[in-house]
Amino acid sequence: MNLAFHGPAPEGEGGPRLPGSLRLNPRLEQWLAFHPDGTVTIRPGKVELGQGILTALAQIAAEELDLPPERIRIAPTVTGESPNEAVTSGSLSVQEGGMALRQACAEARARFLSVAAQASGAPLAAIRVEEGRFIGPGGEIGSYAAFAGRGLLAGEARGEAAPKPPAARRLAGRSLPRLDLPAKIFGEARFLHDLRLPGMLHARMIRPPRPGAVLVEAPAHPALWREGGFLAVIAETEAEAERLAPRLAAACRWQGGAEIPDDPQAWLDAAPGEESLVARHGAPPEGGRMLRRLFRRPFLAHGSVGTCCAVALWEGGVMRVWSHAQGPYNLRADLAKVLGLPEEAVVVEHREGAGCYGHNGADDVALDAALAARARPGRPVRALWTRAEEFASAPLSPAMAVAVEAVLDEAGTLASWRSHVRSNGHSGRPGRGAVPVLLAAPLLPGGRPVPPSQDAPLAGGGGAQRNQIPAYRTPHLEARMTRLSEMPIRCSALRGLGALIHVWAIESVMEELAAMAGEDPLAFRLRHLDDPRAREVLLAAAAMAGWEGRAGLPEGEGLGLGFARYKNSGAWCAVAAHLRAEERLRCLSLSIACDMGEVINPDGAENQLEGGALHAVSIALHEAVRIGEGRVLSDSWAAYPVLRFRDAPAVAVRLIARPEEPPLGAGEASMGPTIAAIANAVHQALGVRPERLPFTPENL
Amino acid sequence: MIRCALNGAPAALPGGMTLLQALRAQGLNTPRFGCGEERCGACHVLLEGRSTPSCALPVEAAEGRAVVTLEGLGGRAAPHPLQRAFLAEEAGQCGFCLAGIIVTAAALLRENPDPDEASLRAALDPHLCRCGSHNRILRAIRRAAAEMRA
Ligand code: FES
Ligand code: FES
Repeated sequence: MNLAFHGPAPEGEGGPRLPGSLRLNPRLEQWLAFHPDGTVTIRPGKVELGQGILTALAQIAAEELDLPPERIRIAPTVTGESPNEAVTSGSLSVQEGGMALRQACAEARARFLSVAAQASGAPLAAIRVEEGRFIGPGGEIGSYAAFAGRGLLAGEARGEAAPKPPAARRLAGRSLPRLDLPAKIFGEARFLHDLRLPGMLHARMIRPPRPGAVLVEAPAHPALWREGGFLAVIAETEAEAERLAPRLAAACRWQGGAEIPDDPQAWLDAAPGEESLVARHGAPPEGGRMLRRLFRRPFLAHGSVGTCCAVALWEGGVMRVWSHAQGPYNLRADLAKVLGLPEEAVVVEHREGAGCYGHNGADDVALDAALAARARPGRPVRALWTRAEEFASAPLSPAMAVAVEAVLDEAGTLASWRSHVRSNGHSGRPGRGAVPVLLAAPLLPGGRPVPPSQDAPLAGGGGAQRNQIPAYRTPHLEARMTRLSEMPIRCSALRGLGALIHVWAIESVMEELAAMAGEDPLAFRLRHLDDPRAREVLLAAAAMAGWEGRAGLPEGEGLGLGFARYKNSGAWCAVAAHLRAEERLRCLSLSIACDMGEVINPDGAENQLEGGALHAVSIALHEAVRIGEGRVLSDSWAAYPVLRFRDAPAVAVRLIARPEEPPLGAGEASMGPTIAAIANAVHQALGVRPERLPFTPENL
Repeated sequence: MIRCALNGAPAALPGGMTLLQALRAQGLNTPRFGCGEERCGACHVLLEGRSTPSCALPVEAAEGRAVVTLEGLGGRAAPHPLQRAFLAEEAGQCGFCLAGIIVTAAALLRENPDPDEASLRAALDPHLCRCGSHNRILRAIRRAAAEMRA
């Protein structure tokens, strides 16, 4: 392979320009290690959530190092060793972690080759790398394996080696099979849930019936551990822990606590909050025709198929925790605060769990396990949540309301767009504030209530305001948000965050405006879009779905479109949904077109886009957390219906290839557009515009 | 002790618990716990060839019967056609739901080697996949069915 493109990269002002997570973790040894047997270990700080990130990272490393992918080993993320890449979320893993690893590998390769060149006298440009061996004009002059022990990775990345140009890539861009799937399909121990340590005990927790309730009486039992209001049943076997927990729970007495408002939407309208301006430009127009609409969505649950799990061991003054949380370092910070330990005395090691779809109880159960482990020093303790805890104790995605006012001018063109969103904050992740946010923390002696969740600023992706700004051209725009300052239900991030409601609101209003203007909704959108990449995905999805045949659909059927650029800075995605109204609404098929820049693994990207879209179908047609009697009533799958096999629509995905462009995430991009497309298809099928999620007969 | 045939070998399981608890206590990684109330499918095993949730079933129900888990269908050395097909289709994202689903598919294909779309989906309806891998899973089962019929 030619080396011409491995020349120095341009230096930015004040130090090297390093991509993604390499900026904060510039030491190359943090990212990779070469071994004498010819293998390489990469150490990502982003974790596998079922999105296939490990496979993509292995491809990136193998590509830059010119190694066969089988020679890449992947070390689990461990605090203190792996780079701190904060949280695996927001569809940023390839952007942040992948691009950092790409640069780290390019730089490692350049260092090895320059040593080979010096030692052999071969000119750098004449050296090829074949399966990890360095071939000069006269034959082999070294290898990664042979130079592995020379400490060549010491020191920080300098941004001096440029990764391969797109045209030279052979592995990145191919659909390599997922590395983690075989173990899961053969039933091998790959999930955290299957970690079995010698002498391991089993814990199940007993929760207060309401947030803030005080424990006044707990039975005396050797298996029951109490610390303030935190209760765990710790037993030698799972069966024993699960048999005892409900029995002992029934014998506990609690007092007080906060009731959850029975009507979340009424509460949402009235609750106090902080109003702020999200974005504004232009001046309000005079005249024109105004359209006012209000969109509402309920509290949503993550609903992982596996319940949250953690294993902890308290030994020698160190708390070691195995966790499937999305941010091992963030979790460590909060664990250290709650346990009163320095961060170095807490080690969080990642192991895979079931798909989490955002910030579920993965962090919380790690504290449960740690508290139980502290009660049984020297013995590993595995804590596992029940399905009821999964729904009623984990953070939920907040109920939201979005009011939109749009003005169409005399020429049928959008003249003004105002929107106002009311919501709890969407980020209650650990490791970010002074007060720990883990579920059990407030129950401990001296524990403080969990503060209301926050929203990242729009530039950081936003939370409730994510995708609040339409991609469509408007001379006047004003977007405001009210973040509620009380939080009766702990809220945090669910895949898509605020984008789910905003994209639907925007796309629904755009279609109504198109109708007011007497124009085809696709043509109306295109007339308001300047971004060629936006136009291309819309046209592609429409073509895939046969948009021009839309008028000919039988009665009771609809074809709807939805489009967004995720976070206004991520992937461009358009979806067309074909739907039929039966006794319920049935989504028959989805056509998805997506432009996510460079695609490392096309099959993995399609899998993610389709998965996000089906998740969105579930949210659009089925999901709502039931609340009443002052509490969360959804405590089982019976009380939280989701999409099942009989209702899964057919899905077609088209990726627009842009190998020259920076990669963008695929995990969330299709969700908002899918909900929007379904809503718009509902309008064609039934003549009503949905204003409330989910689109069930009751809500329509 | 409950005596049964577990993945083809005689086994003695402790009593007084659910079949799921007993199987996991044997060191098996599947079945998996997902809900404990027969509503998600993560814990399915074959009991006398029928796909059955094991999370609420007393282990005593397995007395004298044949129990097969995903591990019993095949492994890396000798994969079941369904396992091969799931790999070929990359059918899964997190993979947590797959053990129960493959077990159900194995029971279905034994009874009905050429299921139509409706019976295939009906058989899978007890199973949740929250990652949205439904279509890939359906394709994998159709692929395995075709291979097994050939
Ligand atoms: S764990 Fe048995 S069906 Fe969910
Ligand atoms: S693959 Fe994750 S639940 Fe099915």
